[in-house]
Amino acid sequence: MASLTIDNLVKSFGSVDVLKGINLEIEDGGFLVLVGPSGCGKSTLLNCIAGLEKITSGEIRIGDRNVEGLHPSKRDIAMVFQSYALYPNMTVRGNISFGMEIRGIDKVERDKAIQEVADMLQIGNLLDRKPSQLSGGQRQRVAMGRALVRHPQVFLFDEPLSNLDAKLRVDMRTEIKRLHNRMATTIVYVTHDQIEALTLATKIAVLEAGYLQQFGTPDEIYNDPANMFVADFMGSPSMNLINGTLEQVDGSLQVRIEGHGGSSIALPVPETDEMRAHVGGPIVFGIRPEAMTDPDGADRTSPHIETRDCFIEVSQPAGSDTFALTPLGGKECIARFRADARIELGAFSPISFNMAKAVYFDPATTKRIR
Amino acid sequence: MSIPSQDNAIQSGRLMRVAIYVLLIFFVIYYLLPLWVMVSNSLKTLDEIRGGDMLAPPKDITFEPWRQAWSQTQIGVEATGLKPYFLNSIIMVVPAVTLSTFLGALNGYVLTKWAFRGSNLVFGLMLLACFIPFQIVLIPMARILGMLGLAGTLGGLILVHTVYGLGFTTLFFRNYYAAFPTELVRAAQIDGASFFQVFWRILVPSSGPIFVVTIIWQFTNVWNDFLFGASFSGYESTPITVALNNLVNSSTGVKEYNVHFAGAILAALPTLIVYIVSGRYFVRGLMAGAVKG
Amino acid sequence: MRDRLQEWVPRIVLAPSFVAVLIVVYGFILYTGWLSMTDSRMLPNNEFIGLENYSKLFALKHWNIALTNLAIFGILYIVISSVLGLFLAILLDQQIRAEGFIRTVYLYPMAISFIVTGVAWKWFLDPGIGLENTMHQWGWESFEFNWIKDRNYAIYTIVIAAIWQSSGYVMAMFLAGLRGVDNEIIKAAQVDGASGFLIYRKIIIPLMRPVFLSAFVVLTHLAIKSYDLVVAMTGGGPGRATEMPATFMYSYTFTRNQMGVGASSAIIMLIMIFSIIIPYLYSEIRAGGDKR
Repeated sequence: MASLTIDNLVKSFGSVDVLKGINLEIEDGGFLVLVGPSGCGKSTLLNCIAGLEKITSGEIRIGDRNVEGLHPSKRDIAMVFQSYALYPNMTVRGNISFGMEIRGIDKVERDKAIQEVADMLQIGNLLDRKPSQLSGGQRQRVAMGRALVRHPQVFLFDEPLSNLDAKLRVDMRTEIKRLHNRMATTIVYVTHDQIEALTLATKIAVLEAGYLQQFGTPDEIYNDPANMFVADFMGSPSMNLINGTLEQVDGSLQVRIEGHGGSSIALPVPETDEMRAHVGGPIVFGIRPEAMTDPDGADRTSPHIETRDCFIEVSQPAGSDTFALTPLGGKECIARFRADARIELGAFSPISFNMAKAVYFDPATTKRIR
Repeated sequence: MSIPSQDNAIQSGRLMRVAIYVLLIFFVIYYLLPLWVMVSNSLKTLDEIRGGDMLAPPKDITFEPWRQAWSQTQIGVEATGLKPYFLNSIIMVVPAVTLSTFLGALNGYVLTKWAFRGSNLVFGLMLLACFIPFQIVLIPMARILGMLGLAGTLGGLILVHTVYGLGFTTLFFRNYYAAFPTELVRAAQIDGASFFQVFWRILVPSSGPIFVVTIIWQFTNVWNDFLFGASFSGYESTPITVALNNLVNSSTGVKEYNVHFAGAILAALPTLIVYIVSGRYFVRGLMAGAVKG
Repeated sequence: MRDRLQEWVPRIVLAPSFVAVLIVVYGFILYTGWLSMTDSRMLPNNEFIGLENYSKLFALKHWNIALTNLAIFGILYIVISSVLGLFLAILLDQQIRAEGFIRTVYLYPMAISFIVTGVAWKWFLDPGIGLENTMHQWGWESFEFNWIKDRNYAIYTIVIAAIWQSSGYVMAMFLAGLRGVDNEIIKAAQVDGASGFLIYRKIIIPLMRPVFLSAFVVLTHLAIKSYDLVVAMTGGGPGRATEMPATFMYSYTFTRNQMGVGASSAIIMLIMIFSIIIPYLYSEIRAGGDKR
């Protein structure tokens, strides 16, 4: 087991920089999730850690060892691939033991190790089958077994659940979490699914266009996003990013937001120096749907609730909640009402804004205003 | 109402279907006619051919023309039949096909799974090499074979067929391996497998169909080749296509049509058998040869 | 370091094949190109004479016959093979019983050597023993078919044999294309009330454009290279009536001791083929790249 450090990593393909100076560190036994939209460079970063791609500059350290130039098999890592990458011509047993065979480990020891992971993952009855005879979930387990049997310092997972159906994905997610708790091995896990990131990680790195947008705990990423990209990407439905204007009225700051048909609402804003610099200019008011509720559904523990009348255009019942759509700042914003809240369409209804959860961005730089 | 099959949802009338079958059968006859002519006349006596109906079946079946063609008829100066030339072709085909297929597999593996700067250019040049008219290389190849001491030998023909087969074999394997999941190669690398271990343990066991396609393609091309055989073979190394042509187009003696037909069938037999046994793979090779990329 | 060495293994493995192809294909093309500008006769020599061989070549009646024949042969062969191939593919695409058997029969000529094809057709079309004689036996005394012996018509007998050999191949290409047509498009057309014939004419055949292109390229390539069939059927005769560029090149180089002229004819053949193949490959690879 070991920590993983990435220092100023740059990776280019020809003249195109895919990773533009990434700095990350995950402690021994941590669970690092790399998340971002497709093409953001997260898989490339994982491949660089694995040694499957050569890095252009920077440094990767596993434990205190610089792995530069080291063959993937010598980095003391194991990897689970998106497609599982099970060798189609070998049985499950052959798949799990292939690496040991290459390293010249004798048969008795190999069989013992296979039995061990087979028990752990409950795939003992599948050992003599070919991958083509397995279901998606079973293949997933075998792929994990092949990685586990190596007892690596770091596990690498490349979108391992993306080929499973929704229910199985939830089950396997739980299982991976349980496995991590039990073995406490460092894990680097790539996904484009922000729910997976939030549920699994101890640390999340959000990547976009080759840049590290934010690196922090799931709570920091969700509640304290560093910029509009992170705010928008993490969470589902995503955060409402509402265009407004910062005003100073009677010495206190407020954000004015246009609503339906020429109406507008104003909400108070924390009075910081940074905020004051934006008075008279545009700002983006960010608030998650669950912080915009019907008044009865508002969070009673919140220190600061503001209720305003908003025009409700559409409602979308979603079982446990009902989403209400209201035009604010020229966009449809989503508010999360209780399932049995009474909603009158085409009319103004009160919506409670949990201001303790609101965040503000500078539309010019997309960065947070704190 | 029957459910239209996946292949074709167009329905046609009864009369139309009769017409379709009549046409199809007409063309079956058209394509089989030369084969029928060859087979039936190879079993006739020369007198019967001269005096008779070429399309008719033989009146008295005789296998004499086959014996003649195989071991007795005069080709060039010696009356050896086609047998030694048939053997020459086999001795030439087996190593040429094996070598070019094996090298093509390795090339395809490198070009897809170990691509490097410039590997696309390498592939482009090898692909273009598939389509040159071989007339363009006859003169220099003749000189090089002479310099290597391989002029007029089977070794020379093996070399020629191997190098000019590389373009197609590389193309076949490259296209096949391009669709082979790269993650498997990566997984094997993480497992510690070397370049050759990945090839032998991971790719080759999954390459059965493309090996069959490539071997059939190469076998058919090398066996049926005439130009290289006519240009580079010597007295001792003449392949069967050249020998058959010499037999049929020799200007001396009586034209023994029945022997010619028997000889033609002998020359066609190996590739025909391969085609009938594994036509599916043969067609796949033809298609891969036509649709590149 | 061993890991560094491993990085070079792939290139080392590819190198022999690539070097071989560089030499025997591209090196040899350059050498032939050079010879075509020398005064080489029986043996190569290095006396540079510029483009004299080319002007000699195009002044030769013999070469012009070969080019004319190639044009006649090429056009008929390509057009008829394509039309016949498409026609057979459409017939076979009608849920035919024994389709596998019929397909096998249509395609088998492609598996055999042009020499064998040549022998079969040479004697089948021979007026003395073949079709003409057979018709006489059947009582049609006035039937005449002696094209293979006739200077004006011999080239057409080669067309007949070549079509017999290749049309099944074209059929297979079109059949694969037809099978690739999205069934829903056909259903949509039927819902729109189009008849079977109209669906083919207006929808399916226009979708076959890439197949036409592939067939055109393959057939052109075969036509320009065609050597074996001519040698086996007519040997270029009667007289020079069926001479083609490929046979011309061979005879000038190896039997008439005019290597310079032979080399220049080979270069012309190469130019003809490349002017069709290179744009085709270029567009194919670009299209393939877009898909990926």
